[in-house]
Amino acid sequence: MAIPLSYNLRNLTVRRTTTLMTALGIALTVSVLLAVLALVSGLQNAFQTTGHPLNVLVTRKGSNAELNSNFQRTQYQDLKFKPGIARDSKGEPMASLEMVTVIVLEQAGSDEQSNITVRGMTPVGLTLRDGLQLESGRWFAPGRREAVVGSSLTKRFGQAQIGRKMRFGRAEWDIVGVMKQGNSATNSEIWADLNQLSADYDRVDVLSSALVRATDAAGVQALINDLKADQRLNVDALTEKSYYEQQTVSALPVQFLGMFVAAVMAVGSCFAAMNTMYASVARRAREVGTLRVLGFSKGSILLSFFLESILLSVLGGVIGILLVLPLNNITTGIGSFVTFSEIAFNFRITPMIMIAGVSFAVIMGAIGGILPAGSAARKEILTALREG
Amino acid sequence: MRYFPLMFRNAVRNRRRSVLTVCSVAASLCLLGVLMAIYHAFFLSSPTAEQELRLVTRNRISLANPMPVSYKQKIQQVPGVREVIIYQWFGGVYKDPKNIFARFATEPERFLTIYPEYKVPQEQKTAWQRERTACLIGEEIARKYNLKLGDRMTLVGDIFPVTLEFTVRAIFDYKPANEAMFFHIDYLFESLNKRRSDFAGTFVILADAPGNVPRIAQQIDDQFRNSTIQTRTESERAFQLSFVSFLGNVKMFLLIVCAAVTFTILLVTANTMAMSVRERIREVGILKTLGYSSRISLAIVLGEAALLSLAGGLLGWALAAGMTWVIRQGPGFFAELKTLVITGPVAVVLLVVAVLIGVISSFIPALSASRTNILDSLRYNG
Repeated sequence: MAIPLSYNLRNLTVRRTTTLMTALGIALTVSVLLAVLALVSGLQNAFQTTGHPLNVLVTRKGSNAELNSNFQRTQYQDLKFKPGIARDSKGEPMASLEMVTVIVLEQAGSDEQSNITVRGMTPVGLTLRDGLQLESGRWFAPGRREAVVGSSLTKRFGQAQIGRKMRFGRAEWDIVGVMKQGNSATNSEIWADLNQLSADYDRVDVLSSALVRATDAAGVQALINDLKADQRLNVDALTEKSYYEQQTVSALPVQFLGMFVAAVMAVGSCFAAMNTMYASVARRAREVGTLRVLGFSKGSILLSFFLESILLSVLGGVIGILLVLPLNNITTGIGSFVTFSEIAFNFRITPMIMIAGVSFAVIMGAIGGILPAGSAARKEILTALREG
Repeated sequence: MRYFPLMFRNAVRNRRRSVLTVCSVAASLCLLGVLMAIYHAFFLSSPTAEQELRLVTRNRISLANPMPVSYKQKIQQVPGVREVIIYQWFGGVYKDPKNIFARFATEPERFLTIYPEYKVPQEQKTAWQRERTACLIGEEIARKYNLKLGDRMTLVGDIFPVTLEFTVRAIFDYKPANEAMFFHIDYLFESLNKRRSDFAGTFVILADAPGNVPRIAQQIDDQFRNSTIQTRTESERAFQLSFVSFLGNVKMFLLIVCAAVTFTILLVTANTMAMSVRERIREVGILKTLGYSSRISLAIVLGEAALLSLAGGLLGWALAAGMTWVIRQGPGFFAELKTLVITGPVAVVLLVVAVLIGVISSFIPALSASRTNILDSLRYNG
């Protein structure tokens, strides 16, 4: 027969200070882990929601990123009329020639700087981005030094505001609008007119990439294979989605450091939980003896102390989640080594992450609790009654 | 000091608890040590004498945008500049994209003057400088890919649409940078078509004295202020740190985690100390009966806590030293991580934190124990 859980709950409340201190130690460990997981999840969300499943990104063969692709205008002319590329309502192919470069912006309120992607676009490029919205202002006009900034940039950079100017290329550019596309990487970019931008950078013929829309889901892979196999074009092609998904590796260094910290802290917390539970067992030796006299088996004593340790760690896990919740939706930025620029994203504390936090705490509690629970169960009835 | 044996005996009396406490403190302090060492290496350590003399100039817009080679002559004319070389990141793939090491195109004639810490035997040095397709590789690359002098290496470009063939002519040994390869920029220029052969990713500059570095940086940037392509010149150290900030706000991250870890150890030790002091109340009463003052009985309990946490600190230090060894074996993106050690100041801070935490955590329970009057404490059964 099992010892009622309320016995353990009462025990934990009687020794409030000890319980709280141990739980807090576990909580801090959990919160470090959760902060890292929330960061990675936010970044993954930003990259995974970028890109339309039917869009295919075309770059020069051998380059692994838009930034070093040097895609030629002549290549685009040949590419545009390939079969398998969707047409818009006017019958024009949905293929967008784009140029990508990187500029440095000063962060608002600090002297830190960030690399930001600037993309030269034509109107067809806008139609290829589903869910793209203009939050305020208007789109850039062709042939003018006008730019539209992603919504995440307005929060992080003082210069990225409508009505202000930014200096890159040959002169200053007016910011005329703010755009947003879900949580995607677009929100961390600056867009401007392709011809004006490429003229400013002396790159009228050598641009970066082309984005094309396949006619249907079945045609995506066929289009990719067709483009890659074309000797004359000499290009690489992959879906826009996978291009962004592979960039989630950018979070690896921070992820690694965070996991390492959480793991070492967890070792410390296990020892601490073990200590608390041993003390608890020692102090309740007489109680253990009494329980045994009342007829509770060794197994149920073991289970009871073990459960108490788990309860303690669940409390720690919950406190840890509470500690880390204020981070939710805070915007931060991380550099991607593919685009060589920063992507802004929000910390995301999802239910999955909370479950992970509590499970992590429970593992600590289980490791910390099993030995003390065992020692409680092994106590001889008579000596236990005589102790304390 | 007279009471040391007593403190020691007390500390080891409940062996299991002491061991658990020491282990838990050690785990946290080990972490604190490693994090402090990383923080110290990146943000606090002073640059080496060679580093202090070097500056890096790059395109103001970003590292991804090149500068014209002609800038070199203009930089050379700034007073205080001893040498300037082109230093171009090549990228590319060696056999497999998973083989990661840095590859740079540069000017071998002056490269080793600017980087005197890269130790290369004289005859290898001249062999590297003389041959257009020669390359200089770090000792670790040679070991990892089993390369000897005279072996061939092929790099397939990604940023640059070329495939380059090299012969290993020199191997250098400089621990922080052993995973790098250097070759002739002229070879790269010639392999590319004419239109693209006028660019420099960065210029590395050797100044005549550390004191002149800020002025030189200012003067170089001023010189190009009104050009189409503006520059940004900074000390080599500041340039390297800009890569760290690329990973996110590492500084903030380290500080927050250090704080969380310290607070956790404080909790853990406070908890254990409270437990052991509670058991000790009756003994404190006995000590007082024997004529010891409250202050001495307080000191004995505090000393016991300090001993335990100091033991945790020492163990943590040893673990942290082991951990930095592991980090040193890892991939070398940052020279700071390739040479990470627990330096003297970090070790001192670690032990001081250990002792302080022991004393602080036990102060309140010990104080209340020493204040309990003799009769109550003798009656106490905890």
